[in-house]
Amino acid sequence: MHWDIPAHDFTYFLYGNTVVDFTFPFIHNPEGLVASVILAIFGIFGAFWIGLAAGLMRLSRRRWVKLPAVAYIEMIRGMPLLLLIFWFYYMAPVVTGQTMPAFTTTMFCFMVFTGAYVGEIVRAGVLALPKGQMEAARSTGLSNVQAMQLVILPQALRNMIPSFVNQFVSLTKDTSLAAILGVIELTRTGVQVDNREMVASFEVWITIAALYFTICYVLTSYSRRLEAQLSRYQARDR
Amino acid sequence: MDYNFQWAKMFTGEPALWMWEGFVTTMQISVTSLFCAMILGIIICVLRLTPFKVFQWFSIVFIEFFRNTPLLVQIFFWYNAAHFVIPAGINQWMNDLYYWFPGSFSLFGHEYVGEWMLFNVELFTGIIALTVYTSAFIAEEIRAGIFSIPKNQLEASRASGLSFLQGYRFVILPQALRIVIPPLISQALNLIKNSSLVMVLGVTDIMYQASQVESYHAMPFEAFTVALLIYLAISLVVSFCITMYNKHFMIQVMY
Repeated sequence: MHWDIPAHDFTYFLYGNTVVDFTFPFIHNPEGLVASVILAIFGIFGAFWIGLAAGLMRLSRRRWVKLPAVAYIEMIRGMPLLLLIFWFYYMAPVVTGQTMPAFTTTMFCFMVFTGAYVGEIVRAGVLALPKGQMEAARSTGLSNVQAMQLVILPQALRNMIPSFVNQFVSLTKDTSLAAILGVIELTRTGVQVDNREMVASFEVWITIAALYFTICYVLTSYSRRLEAQLSRYQARDR
Repeated sequence: MDYNFQWAKMFTGEPALWMWEGFVTTMQISVTSLFCAMILGIIICVLRLTPFKVFQWFSIVFIEFFRNTPLLVQIFFWYNAAHFVIPAGINQWMNDLYYWFPGSFSLFGHEYVGEWMLFNVELFTGIIALTVYTSAFIAEEIRAGIFSIPKNQLEASRASGLSFLQGYRFVILPQALRIVIPPLISQALNLIKNSSLVMVLGVTDIMYQASQVESYHAMPFEAFTVALLIYLAISLVVSFCITMYNKHFMIQVMY
């Protein structure tokens, strides 16, 4: 057993050679766990807005609004994330004429990929509200958009929070795919240390798995607790 | 956008063959892992439902650990690290697998020698990783399905003279399976999509073959688009089947 090796490289797993200073993005060249977390946070943030738009568009009654959202959601949900990453990595230079850094590519892919799943969450969340809420809002004189914005979404989004946390967990796990394009996030640092030391594979991969597990397990238990708390305030038919 | 699209090259000669091989490999891996994952998942779920605390704790740890770590890390673990801890005999057995399952077949006039089920260590590792990862999810879903049947159903069946096992066999499971099957099918879909990750081991699935075609003809865009269409076709067919299934078999459970 060579537990000294992951112990020695533990800080490399955590932040690699991340540069922190006080000019705007603050963190330059994020590596290790820091990169994974940044990818996950930015991914879920972008995915929230994409998913909100896609989910609401899918709920629309107009075909030309609904169809693009349906096509986007069904297509993205039907393909593996790895394929999306590769596809986008090779498509970006074809469209823009210049290569895109791997970090940016993967971050964009996480947004687009998770956005489709968030879209379904949003749709399910809105449909889960009793129909009377919308009817009551409309009958008090609010327009369709106002009713959505002021009555439906505040309730629906609150009920969606546990699902968002779950999606965040699965995105955190998915960020490991950035390693395949060469982004030095947690999994990639594991590959590097494993390849350098050769004898400590078991210890290195257990350490990496434990790091992912810690984050995801804490979030999962938090989401379970949230679910129990929030279900008390849910508007119901009965 | 001055990119010279060459779609025709994708559907002739080597690239078409490679993509077909990739498709066959992906389906083999998926079907094998799905079969094994169902069995392992049911075992884990049964362990979770037994009254013995040791079994319960084992299955809880199993489920939580494999659900909360990335599949890619698990694949690297099984491939790079597991052989340090499993007995040497099993290691040797896994290394010899290729000679045990060679097999050959011919299709479109092309002889696949030893490629039908290229049972090398890489494929075996990939199947193990996918099996274990998926079985954790399957165990949770089956458990959720069984738990969603109200407990008084079992009590009622006990009261009407059925034994515990009969109660499960005739009352609980027929209802639970109806609830569980749609999420299980979408789990199968996830498995097919996740199987693209075994390309990091060099297993020649669709993703691997797409990247091979990409380096062969230097036409990345077409290669990955064709791979995308294949995956999309698979999942659209499966989700169509789910919809059909739901329409025919969903019953409203009365409480």
